[in-house]
Amino acid sequence: MLSQTWPWYISGFLIGFVMFLLIYFGKTFGMSSNLRSMCSMAGAGKFADFFRFDYKSQHWNLIVVLGAMLGGYVAIHFMSDISNVTLNPKTLVALQSIGFDAPNGKMMPNVMFANSVFSDPKMVFMLLIGGLLIGFGSRYAGGCTSGHAIQGLSNLQYQSLKAVIGFFVGGLVMVHFIIPLIF
Amino acid sequence: MKYLKFLLVGFLFGVVLTKSEAVSWYRIYEMFRFESFHMYGIIGVAVLTGFLSIQFFKKYQKTDFEGQPISIPDKEKGSFRYWIGGLLFGLGWGLVGSCPGPIFILIGAGFYPIIIVLIGALLGTFLYGLVKDKLPH
Repeated sequence: MLSQTWPWYISGFLIGFVMFLLIYFGKTFGMSSNLRSMCSMAGAGKFADFFRFDYKSQHWNLIVVLGAMLGGYVAIHFMSDISNVTLNPKTLVALQSIGFDAPNGKMMPNVMFANSVFSDPKMVFMLLIGGLLIGFGSRYAGGCTSGHAIQGLSNLQYQSLKAVIGFFVGGLVMVHFIIPLIF
Repeated sequence: MKYLKFLLVGFLFGVVLTKSEAVSWYRIYEMFRFESFHMYGIIGVAVLTGFLSIQFFKKYQKTDFEGQPISIPDKEKGSFRYWIGGLLFGLGWGLVGSCPGPIFILIGAGFYPIIIVLIGALLGTFLYGLVKDKLPH
């Protein structure tokens, strides 16, 4: 049972519960803040004021990240099933047209995330650009999916709604117009 | 010990995001093609649960586990930063299919090419810090 795909209503509830716990522990829900802490720890404060802040007060969030990595490890290695990632047949057709392998139970397409991409300069470039947009965009917008889409919308923040609309417009443009051009 | 509860919350987060397949590039692709309700259901129920949680903290439980007052800061006023920052983030999310939480979860799960995404994300964060004062917010 646990190794099947978890239904959306249970998953969504548990994500909300994670936020509940973090607030009860006196913190907030936001994953991209960790990227800023990591830059500060690596000495980015020498180059910009933005990174001169008390990142030690953010250690708890790095521990959340460490726990999340362990959770990912356990879920993939001990709770996987061939029935996982069953997609809409229409999505499978679209994947074929851009040359991506179908999931067949795996979480990520080999075309983009198998270890062989380390020797594929085009794919390394794509992953780097994707990361750059995520890092720059989340800091510019002041949060990512957790901070804006979950916590911000839950707290009825109008600013977060703008950011979330931006996230979706960006994602739609990428999937419908840019991905078909570059793959 | 002080940190154990955060490790456990993170662990729960990592398992849920993996087992719901919200970390999967495929699910994000399917979501942006409007070919499944799954991701919309997850986000919708998470926001609903979050909304009820915040109402609970505002009305009944005004202090955290240590008795300190709970305050959830409002987002800063602004427009440009949310629209443009959001748009840039969305382009990256649509391309590599992972936002910051899943980046870490997937590395833990053993998908090592995501390390390149993490390096990009750190560079992007650093770049923002460098040009922050020159950007409209």
